[in-house]
Amino acid sequence: MVLVFIDQSEGHIKKSSFEAACYAATVAAQLGTSAEAVLLGVTSDNLSSLGNYGVKKVHTIANETLTNFDAQLYTKAIAQVVETTNADVIVFSNNTTGKAVAPRLSAKLKAGLVTGAIALPDTSNGFTVKKTVFSGKAFANININTPKKIIALNPNSFNVSITTDTAEVVPFNTSVDASKIVVSAINKVTGEVSLSEADIVVSGGRGLKGPENWGLVTELATLLGAATACSRPVADIHWRPHHEHVGQTGLAIAPNLYIAIGISGAIQHLAGVNRSKIIVVINKDPEAPFFKAADYGIVGDAFEVMPKIIEAVRKIKATA
Amino acid sequence: MKILVCISKTPDTTAKIAFADNNTKFAAEGVQWIINPYDEWYALVRAIELKEANPAVVLHLINVGNADNEPIIRKALALGGDEAIRINSEISDSFNVAAQIAAIAKEGNYDLVFTGKETIDYNGSSIGGMIAELLDLPFISHAVTFDIEGNNATVTREIEGGEEVDKATLPLVVSCQKGMAEQRIPNMKGIMGARTKPLKVMEPIAADILTSIASFDLPPVKAGVKLVSAENPEELVRLLHEEAKAF
Ligand SMILES: Cc1cc2nc3c(=O)[nH]c(=O)nc-3n(C[C@H](O)[C@H](O)[C@H](O)COP(=O)(O)OP(=O)(O)OC[C@H]3O[C@@H](n4cnc5c(N)ncnc54)[C@H](O)[C@@H]3O)c2cc1C
Repeated sequence: MVLVFIDQSEGHIKKSSFEAACYAATVAAQLGTSAEAVLLGVTSDNLSSLGNYGVKKVHTIANETLTNFDAQLYTKAIAQVVETTNADVIVFSNNTTGKAVAPRLSAKLKAGLVTGAIALPDTSNGFTVKKTVFSGKAFANININTPKKIIALNPNSFNVSITTDTAEVVPFNTSVDASKIVVSAINKVTGEVSLSEADIVVSGGRGLKGPENWGLVTELATLLGAATACSRPVADIHWRPHHEHVGQTGLAIAPNLYIAIGISGAIQHLAGVNRSKIIVVINKDPEAPFFKAADYGIVGDAFEVMPKIIEAVRKIKATA
Repeated sequence: MKILVCISKTPDTTAKIAFADNNTKFAAEGVQWIINPYDEWYALVRAIELKEANPAVVLHLINVGNADNEPIIRKALALGGDEAIRINSEISDSFNVAAQIAAIAKEGNYDLVFTGKETIDYNGSSIGGMIAELLDLPFISHAVTFDIEGNNATVTREIEGGEEVDKATLPLVVSCQKGMAEQRIPNMKGIMGARTKPLKVMEPIAADILTSIASFDLPPVKAGVKLVSAENPEELVRLLHEEAKAF
């Protein structure tokens, strides 16, 4: 059986969990078995609809303590579900929760772990999973050599397909210890699209000259339903918040569309964005290295080009 | 308070990424090595700041690797820390590395173990969590701030679309990222002092290896950029909408 961990935040399932569920269901089909899910904490979402993403059963531990995240308690709870259901493969989304829990579970179960997976396992000769390495500059194929296996799937790596199937929701009975971590505040930037899960990302660099010009980025992002990002120096000089910094030492992302405005395309920047499916570069310097990694581009002044792009997108959106 | 900071060695961020031996090994010839930026800029510097604020803090660094790693360890000691431990082992997989560090952390009774959020070569993001599990300690990952009063830590960590503030008591394992501290450049005094700081070499314990690298691939080369005239940006929007169907 393939067990997928469904991640919730403040009672709502995270988007990347649906992708992980579809991935788990496909791995299960490949192994000739079925996929089930585990969800911890109290949610108000309709869990049987997780069946739409291919899981047959959802094991829930609807305990208030688990509504807040604690990697230690989560690991204990998931390990119990793994043991009771005899799951062989456990799938996480490689998001902030997955990155904290999957390694713990790996150590607890002595189950080999691949984080940052981007493809289905190759089971033709053992169990090999492709992952990104060198911050997106290369891939490694990793053999998992243990009976139990854990995969943490990079967000935006797998196509989500939906059916009308529903899942059976079954409470999992267990006791939960007191948490050693007290969550004293959750501060979310509301109304913005989460960068790691976004389909479209609009990003600005030092070429935009100052934070007062960021309207060019945010306006386009709002029209496209996109997340905003920036290059490292832009975050370092506090034109934009740190969590927007993408690249080798920031967030690595893989949206469908990445629009880079006034960013030179230094190797460390490319490392975090080169898995984007379509890269668009707007830069006034024809020699900017970013053009070598781009699919579409305009050599031109962002301050002249961007207002026209924004207007053209607005027109299309208005007639859509 | 005793702090253990995990340090790893990675290729410089501008290193050419290529593979040897039938794509089974990173081609390391001529590569410049650095301390993994997350370990150096955030985990180590924050730990040094904690020691500066409270001289009673004992700060040790640990690296798992062969003798080639010593220049990197000395460089870390030049920034700060009282002594370093090197576990003399060829890197195998993250579980094996974590098991080495956990054994030392347990024996040394450290109150706080810091790691970087990930290494920039294998991007595993696994060592901190594994150490915490092996020690049965709480783990806070992707920390952007860390403050301590007595035994009580306040840690801000990144979550999707924002931040969460957590409180926990020591002992604790924390993985660190941007925000924790600012990069420092070692000064002459630090570099001279680092030469005489203890660097203990210890043999590895027997621990499992759960995974192995079968091979590496490089991403496919892009077909080339389609340039649109700056006089006609509307054409770019049309191509993205109609040809690429990107929105
Ligand atoms: C160890 C290390 C790690 C690093 N990690 C990262 C990382 O994770 N992410 C990251 O982004 N960087 C990282 N860097 C920094 C990286 O090397 C570059 O310095 C950085 O990406 C440059 O940012 P930028 O493109 O915004 O600025 P610049 O390099 O200054 O480029 C600005 C660009 O804007 C263009 N421009 C100027 N005016 C206009 C205009 N009016 N219209 C259109 N275009 C214009 C210019 O032609 C230029 O190409 C790292 C560096 C090191 C050493």
